Amino acid sequence: MKKITTNSFAILAFVATFIFATFSANANQTRENVIKRGSLNCGVSQGVPGFSNADASGKWTGIDVDFCRAVAAAILGDANKVKFTPLSAKDRFEVLKAGDIDVLARNTTWTLSRDGGLALDFIGTNFYDGQGFMVRKAANINSAKKLNNVKVCVETGTTTELNLRDYFKANKLKYEPVAFTKSDEAVAAYDSGRCDVYTTDKSGLAANRTKTKNPADHIILPETISKEPLGPVVRGNDENWANITRWTLNVMIEAEELGITKANVDTLKSTDNPAIKRLLGLEGETGKNLSLSNEWSYNIIKQVGNYGESYEANVGTKTPVGLGRGLNQLWTKGGILYSPPVR
Amino acid sequence: MNKENIKSWLKINLFSNWYNSIISLFVLIVILLIIPSFLDWAIFKATFIGKTKADCKTGGACWVFISVWFEKFIYGFYPDKELWRVNLAFIILILSVLSAFFVKPKIKPYILFFLVFIFPIIGFILIHGGFGLENVETRVWGGLSLTFMLTFFGIIFAFPLGVLLALGKRSELPVIKYFCIAFVEFWRGIPLITVLFAAAIMFPLLLPANFNVDKLLRVAIGLGIFESAYVAEVIRGGLQSLPKGQYEAAKSLGMSYWKMNFLIILPQAIKTVIPGLTNTFIALFKDTPLIILVGLLELLGMVNLAKSNSYWLGMAVEGYIFVGLIFWFFSYLLSRYTQSLEKKFSTERH
Repeated sequence: MKKITTNSFAILAFVATFIFATFSANANQTRENVIKRGSLNCGVSQGVPGFSNADASGKWTGIDVDFCRAVAAAILGDANKVKFTPLSAKDRFEVLKAGDIDVLARNTTWTLSRDGGLALDFIGTNFYDGQGFMVRKAANINSAKKLNNVKVCVETGTTTELNLRDYFKANKLKYEPVAFTKSDEAVAAYDSGRCDVYTTDKSGLAANRTKTKNPADHIILPETISKEPLGPVVRGNDENWANITRWTLNVMIEAEELGITKANVDTLKSTDNPAIKRLLGLEGETGKNLSLSNEWSYNIIKQVGNYGESYEANVGTKTPVGLGRGLNQLWTKGGILYSPPVR
Repeated sequence: MNKENIKSWLKINLFSNWYNSIISLFVLIVILLIIPSFLDWAIFKATFIGKTKADCKTGGACWVFISVWFEKFIYGFYPDKELWRVNLAFIILILSVLSAFFVKPKIKPYILFFLVFIFPIIGFILIHGGFGLENVETRVWGGLSLTFMLTFFGIIFAFPLGVLLALGKRSELPVIKYFCIAFVEFWRGIPLITVLFAAAIMFPLLLPANFNVDKLLRVAIGLGIFESAYVAEVIRGGLQSLPKGQYEAAKSLGMSYWKMNFLIILPQAIKTVIPGLTNTFIALFKDTPLIILVGLLELLGMVNLAKSNSYWLGMAVEGYIFVGLIFWFFSYLLSRYTQSLEKKFSTERH
């Protein structure tokens, strides 16, 4: 009997060591793991227009994809050393926690409960989204304040539905929700005239407008009725890794502010402007603070570009997603993009 | 058929009394309303040739979407220059399945042995890499080929396990019997989604950090175990249909337990439950799209990905029709194949 007890204690201790090893193994060594592996594992969506998507040749593109490529450029010096893992909205956080991916860039809304409750860190916002409305031009509505007695097509089971209710209640307007489980169904119903209004996040509105029979017949109202800051997420137990990813995003924003682009980054190397010199790692030791080489920021801009370039290439007005900069404009130009100083 | 015949056929089958006439007319009207506009959209007004969404201007279906993305739909992100490996694996599979129709009965067991034990190894090495072939991570596997791989793996995993479980459930040894009952009831009692989530997400949390079992393998095994519980119950149905005399006859010939089961009982039992097994395997085939929820992109997942590419928005209907046709076609094929097996193995004398 005694022997059995000793044995089971030994087994328990063994299991406990294993479990402890599991949880401590990931702490503070994501950077080393990425360097050892020679590639960054990045969790993306299973297809969100303009954010993360593959083309018919299998190449991933999107604003979230660019962020991952920038992180790879910063650490490994090569923006192509990224392996993308498509994740569903349901398994994204667990996969990140389990260590299968190093960073999650999957148009994820930054909220308190996710940041605080999941042992994860949101390292910034790479897209300020928010819920908006699309109506028919012929309806002659130019403001969301004038939406009264309307039928609204909406996806069910999302925060979108709750925001919609709050908005109409707060503004004392009457509406009738027509709920669908898929955005494709909701758009089709709106397009066929079953609703007067279609609502979803603005990033989705413009993309979904292209699904209608005649996109030019529809307009997106200027109001934004909710806050959806979308940002990359990392595990909460690795300070160095959180800093690397956070400052990768900041460098992209700062580069736009200083007017550094993919194209002119090499010529700007000979500039006298100290801010540009610092950002390109020609002055100071920005890399050292993150345990990276001092070319890290140069590599980001040279290989991926600044924030504005990434924005215009993936979700800007020249793409089918067709979004103006809006809130995602630099603070100096009327938006709220603001990077702390890179110095 | 002459005019009189058609008239009487119509009278008997469609207009035998007033309510049948009303139903027939109603169905006819619905068909006339739907079919022409569908054909118009799907064929007459459709665009078949092109390279981008902009080539579809006719207002009908845009099958360009399917042709441009076809390779991705079939192979997922599998690297282009290695595609021959996937193709070769499936050609070997198809040839060995087809050869079963043409060879002498004596050779058939060897083909079965090859399919169940040797082909999976060859297929795995071909598709995954090793022995001089470049390693292709499971992360990039996808599309219809992944659907097939999972289905095939599920069948060869679930079938033997199911047979053992079915025998175990009828065992006279209580430990084995109750273990098998508990196993089957447990796996049959939980939804597949739960199994997939547990395999993909919870399982790694219980393992030490350096010990990593591939996600696809975890999911495939989860799927296989899940289906084995259903296979076990189907086969148990077959076992129960056999008269006691078969067991007694086998025993009186001095056969051991395994000999009796493999030579006398199982061949008869499995033969009677071919329709049930087909059902289970078709269900397995059609269950595979659920793996989207754990981030693996099989056929449906790839179509979802493609239709949300910003340059291909609005192709949902074309994509889903394509997926539907593919699934229907292969389910039908499987069903026809097993029907031919059923006829072949039939020992009923008429």
